[in-house]
Amino acid sequence: MKKNLKSKIALIIAVLLICLYGIFGIPSGISGKALLSAISSRIHLGLDLQGGAHLILQVQVSEAVNAETDNTVQEIQQDLKKANLTVSQVVKPDPNKPDVIRIEGTSPAQTDAVSSLLGTAKYANEFDLSGGSDNNWTLTMKPLFESDLDKRTVDEAIETIRDRVDSLGVSEPLIQEYGLGANQILVELPGISDLDQVKSVIRSTARLEIHAVDGGPFSTEDAAQQSVNGALPPNDEILPFSGDLGGSNGTSYYVIERSSIVAGSDFRSADPGVNSNTGQRTVNFTLTDEAGDKFWDYTSANVGKDMAVVMGGTVREVAVIKQPIRDQGLIEGGFTENEVMELSKLLRTGALPASLNYIEASTVGATLGADSIREGVTAAIVGIVVVMAFMLVYYKGSGINADLALIFNLIILLGIMGLSAAISSASGGGGLVLTLTLPGIAGVILTIGMGVDSNVLIFERIREEIRAGKVASAAVDQGFARAWVTIVDTHVTTIVSAAILFIFGTGPVKGFATTLTVGLAANLFTAVFVSRVIFEAHLNKLKAGEMVSI
Amino acid sequence: MEFFRNPNVNWLGWKWYFLAFSMIFSVAGIVKMSWNWEHPVGGMRSPVPLGVDFRGGTQVDVQFTNPPDIDAIRRAVEAAGVKDAVITSFGPATDHQVLISLPEETNEAALDTGREEIESALQAHYNNYFNPNTGVKVDVVGPTVGRQLEKQATLATLYSMLGMLIYLWFRFQLIYGVAAVVACFHDTLITVGAFALTGREISLTVIAAILTLVGYSMNDTIVVFDRIRENLRISRREGLTDLVNRSINQTLSRTVLTSGLTFLTVLALFIFGGEVLNGFSFALVVGILIGTYSSIAVAAPMLVAWQEYRAGKGKSASLPAARKSKGR
Repeated sequence: MKKNLKSKIALIIAVLLICLYGIFGIPSGISGKALLSAISSRIHLGLDLQGGAHLILQVQVSEAVNAETDNTVQEIQQDLKKANLTVSQVVKPDPNKPDVIRIEGTSPAQTDAVSSLLGTAKYANEFDLSGGSDNNWTLTMKPLFESDLDKRTVDEAIETIRDRVDSLGVSEPLIQEYGLGANQILVELPGISDLDQVKSVIRSTARLEIHAVDGGPFSTEDAAQQSVNGALPPNDEILPFSGDLGGSNGTSYYVIERSSIVAGSDFRSADPGVNSNTGQRTVNFTLTDEAGDKFWDYTSANVGKDMAVVMGGTVREVAVIKQPIRDQGLIEGGFTENEVMELSKLLRTGALPASLNYIEASTVGATLGADSIREGVTAAIVGIVVVMAFMLVYYKGSGINADLALIFNLIILLGIMGLSAAISSASGGGGLVLTLTLPGIAGVILTIGMGVDSNVLIFERIREEIRAGKVASAAVDQGFARAWVTIVDTHVTTIVSAAILFIFGTGPVKGFATTLTVGLAANLFTAVFVSRVIFEAHLNKLKAGEMVSI
Repeated sequence: MEFFRNPNVNWLGWKWYFLAFSMIFSVAGIVKMSWNWEHPVGGMRSPVPLGVDFRGGTQVDVQFTNPPDIDAIRRAVEAAGVKDAVITSFGPATDHQVLISLPEETNEAALDTGREEIESALQAHYNNYFNPNTGVKVDVVGPTVGRQLEKQATLATLYSMLGMLIYLWFRFQLIYGVAAVVACFHDTLITVGAFALTGREISLTVIAAILTLVGYSMNDTIVVFDRIRENLRISRREGLTDLVNRSINQTLSRTVLTSGLTFLTVLALFIFGGEVLNGFSFALVVGILIGTYSSIAVAAPMLVAWQEYRAGKGKSASLPAARKSKGR
């Protein structure tokens, strides 16, 4: 029995030490200042306490769908041509439905051939095929593929934003998908208070693409229209030319093929450079292997023709294809040094796969955050002191027991939060970091309430047993056993609702659910196990017939 | 020290008074909420005033180094071309905090323009009186996010109630779960009603508080139910009304102590927690009083009423303890 008690005490001390390590780490000293800085480096503070910028961005995924179907249109045209099948046009009939492609005017004699071509896995994996009887066919993107594409687009955008934010030098930025399937991204940047600076870094820049040129330059848009006899082919568009990155109005116009040859994520790396012959600034780029093959095929077949570098709906540069290019190339134009730097950075970090809208933006200044901490902590401390004093008065000796359990509870709670951050940083940023937010402090206060409740339940039960005439050890035994059932029921119910909050809630609600869940779990340990051990240790010292102080 | 020694109160004898009390407060809240609904503020229909995180809009909270002159700030902001800005001082006077809010806009870009205009107006006129890097809090919430949050908060509440109902069904019986959830709903209704009546805004943090009080009220109810279940196992001869009364009385000491202590901590939060946590702690102050009341005055009588209704129809009372004793 005594040995059993010793191992229990050892377990409690071990938990206590681990949690203290979680809170303080190995402190550089034991002065108040050293301890305080140790805590602040380990407990992860939410944006509302630390100060910083908070943004929610909407990814315009329809742009990615549009780009995907543009490519498919091009592929279908090439495949039909290769198979010698006639068709009057392959188009996207409705600009509001970027996921629908129509193939019009196929030859009745070739219906079977067209049907089997469009039924190949390449298209069938992405699209549902319908029509054919009237020589018109419709390809509609499969909802499953579309949602997958949406997800990939959001992931790609998150990666891109992360790369760009890294250039800001923000420590511990948080960039993650937000909401359930709403294609939104949450960005939290601690220590940044200038929204405009943030926005200029995560600017909604369109992707950079290389397109084939079908005609130009023309001095006006009308002239460009006339060059195609006023009937722009459905796969072409007229874009203004503008040499500078600012995207001012074009001075000339080009007829450009709608679908790109290479774009965005096809670029593997990019560096600024200077052409030694002309002295012009250049951006030297490298393509991925796959894109390199595609580029080789295209440039081989089109030597002597024009290619355009298109960004944000304007033509930045037009160059003649002098020889086939595989994966190395350079963009040369009247760029300034800054433009070359910016362009190559954009290419290197991968352009955003779709543009972004800001739907929520907020900043918290660090002083206001500090005020909130001070007020929240003051309230928490006042609450704890009042409760602890009351427990001592009301339950006398056993009140010490409850107060110790309460302090333990707080140490475990903070310790687990500190440990989660330490584990996460040790494993290279992975894992779940529990963050202390302002509502989180409120969650701590509630944990205190629940912790006291458990002790009150147990003590009241022990008192009842004593009134019923039981001796000290039997009363304590029965009190714990009976109260245990109730404590489990109340804690599990609250943990169920806190966990649901953690899963479905966002921002402040999540911070609250975090401390409440961890706190309640800690409470099951302290109020029941730790408090019991203290009672047992005390009972061992009692003389026969003596009562516990309660 | 002890407050209660063997209390013997006939709680269920008061059930009609309890019903009347609950009705008065629920109906008062509902009436005020419908009035709010019929009189939309700024073109937005809502039963309770909503915080910027639900409503959408722009809010700039500035901490000045000196006592600010609200009228001067208003003139400066208006001169910068910002219309319809609401400018109020915020928090204790010693904080020198001013809250500038703009009404919701239909698109995000307009909201952001408003923020830029406010910030530049402040910088032009009050450059030396506040620190733009540390003393400013800005919230720009687009209308989409607001709706999305509203949906999320409602869903979270419903899911957590459902989760608790299922757990209680599994641990006790369906009627226990239903009674507990009805009591929680009663608490939520009265607390939200209190927000409508006092004209306080419901923000995301307040939602967190309401969910807490749901958990808290549930906690209280379970303690009573647990005692009822235990007593049913020991004495099956006793009438249900007496047994429930006895169970409430046995747990009364604990109920009053815990509620009292939790109430104290929440009161500390309400008094010392600052302006940001004001709505949160108000919800808890009201919620803890109501939550304690409801487990005695709503959940327990409902349980008894249901069993009496069943007995009236000639069915035997279905009780978890009775079920177990049949050897199931």
